[in-house]
Amino acid sequence: MIGLRDLLKPHRILLILLFLAFVVWCALSLRWDWLPQYAPLALEGLWRTIWLLVVTTILGFLLAIPLGLAQAVGPWYLSTPARVFCTVIRGTPLLLQIWLLYYGLGSLFPQFPAIRQSELWPYLRQAWPYAVLALTLSYAGYEGEVMRGAFSGVGKGQLEAAKAYGMRPFAVFRRIWLPQAIRNVLPTLGGETILQLKATPLVATITVIDIYAVSSRVRADTLIVYEPLLLLALVYLVIAGIIAFIFRRIEKQVPSAIQRR
Amino acid sequence: MDSFSGGDLASASSGRDEEAVRIEDLHKSFGELEVLKGVNLTARKGDVVAIIGGSGSGKSTMLRCINFLETPTSGRIYVGGEHIAMREDGTPANRRQLERIRTRLGMVFQSFNLWTHRTLLENVIEVPVHVLKQSRAEAIEKAQSLLKRVGLGDKADVYPAYLSGGQQQRAAIARALAVDPDVMLFDEPTSALDPELVGEVLTVIRDLAAEGRTMLLVTHEMKFAREVADHVVYLYQGRIEEQGAPDQVFDAPKSERLQQFLMSIN
Repeated sequence: MIGLRDLLKPHRILLILLFLAFVVWCALSLRWDWLPQYAPLALEGLWRTIWLLVVTTILGFLLAIPLGLAQAVGPWYLSTPARVFCTVIRGTPLLLQIWLLYYGLGSLFPQFPAIRQSELWPYLRQAWPYAVLALTLSYAGYEGEVMRGAFSGVGKGQLEAAKAYGMRPFAVFRRIWLPQAIRNVLPTLGGETILQLKATPLVATITVIDIYAVSSRVRADTLIVYEPLLLLALVYLVIAGIIAFIFRRIEKQVPSAIQRR
Repeated sequence: MDSFSGGDLASASSGRDEEAVRIEDLHKSFGELEVLKGVNLTARKGDVVAIIGGSGSGKSTMLRCINFLETPTSGRIYVGGEHIAMREDGTPANRRQLERIRTRLGMVFQSFNLWTHRTLLENVIEVPVHVLKQSRAEAIEKAQSLLKRVGLGDKADVYPAYLSGGQQQRAAIARALAVDPDVMLFDEPTSALDPELVGEVLTVIRDLAAEGRTMLLVTHEMKFAREVADHVVYLYQGRIEEQGAPDQVFDAPKSERLQQFLMSIN
């Protein structure tokens, strides 16, 4: 982290002044009169973006644990499907996955009366369940691969010690293996979560109104192009900053000296 | 039978003839390679048994078969007189029984194997609290006195990575003591240490021997084995080649191979 003192170097002061000048210029000479009208919609979109991000990273990570474990130590009939899943997810564009789920699965479902009449139908006919599913699977695919390495990276001797002291296999996993694997991936996880944030605008293509979709709506309605996009960039930047901050806080609380001697 | 009885040990005293560990006709193969070719050994309560031998002689494998970290190919293992149930293929037949017996065997590893995401104190209380279900407060109190005992009283809240190998191994011994084990298994406890750190670990083990702990000790430290052991076992290519009291084994070895082995390391 850069301390306050470091900020007071000449070249940094110059950069800060330039940036402030840019902000002032943006505020004064660009058009912001559309803002009040669209603010409620923008807040709704922002909320949807954050909600999508949080739900899909949590669900995706929960899915990544078994995916990583299966690849690290599972028998072939578990590790092979897990590996295939991760490869397919990581090897195809997320946009394609979203469309395949929404237009594929989404148009398949209504053909089954059982599904149409089920209590899930009111949800399944909306777009957001497919967005959640696609983003969750995507995060799981990437993190599954990361968790594979994290699980393999935990010293075998430590697991053996736990076993030697009579710990049951599940206790070994819960008390020793998983906590260490998660600590191993924490630095990666922050970056991956920011990538996930930047993947969320793709759901706008299947009619989910996230913050990006709102900016498109403003552009379409008012023909104002740059202002909404600039604001949008700022919003993503701030969210990314918050994510980075949260992960740095978590990392700090975790003993830094995990590395083996 | 290759086993020895407690009666002929110089250090044997009353109340010590109860059997702690018995190994009968233990065989272990890794694929084609037969590492143990029928080992018999009995340790009675209070015995300190040193197991010596060249690399690849099977001494670590033998020790690891006692708590089934390696599954024997055939043979029988008894701990405190209780036979560890085993299937035809050597895998444990009764997980619960094995887990219960494992909590009575305090194992110390060559590479310490402390849990790196936990402080020393957390390492020491882990098994008492989460396996033996003792009360946390009690376990902490005991762990603190154990850490003090191995000279790490001021390091309770430190993570293992910040410690020297000797300190880590002493902490690992405290962790083993925390379960109040019936038998302690030492698997080359000083082999991974820098020479100047060996002494501090041996001092701790020596104290444990002196207080009458039952120990099986795989070691390369011949001087130390001679000093603390009641009984020395020399393994050669998966068999017990010679065994006896330390004086006898080290000063008047009968087996030619043992003679050569002792020559080679001196």
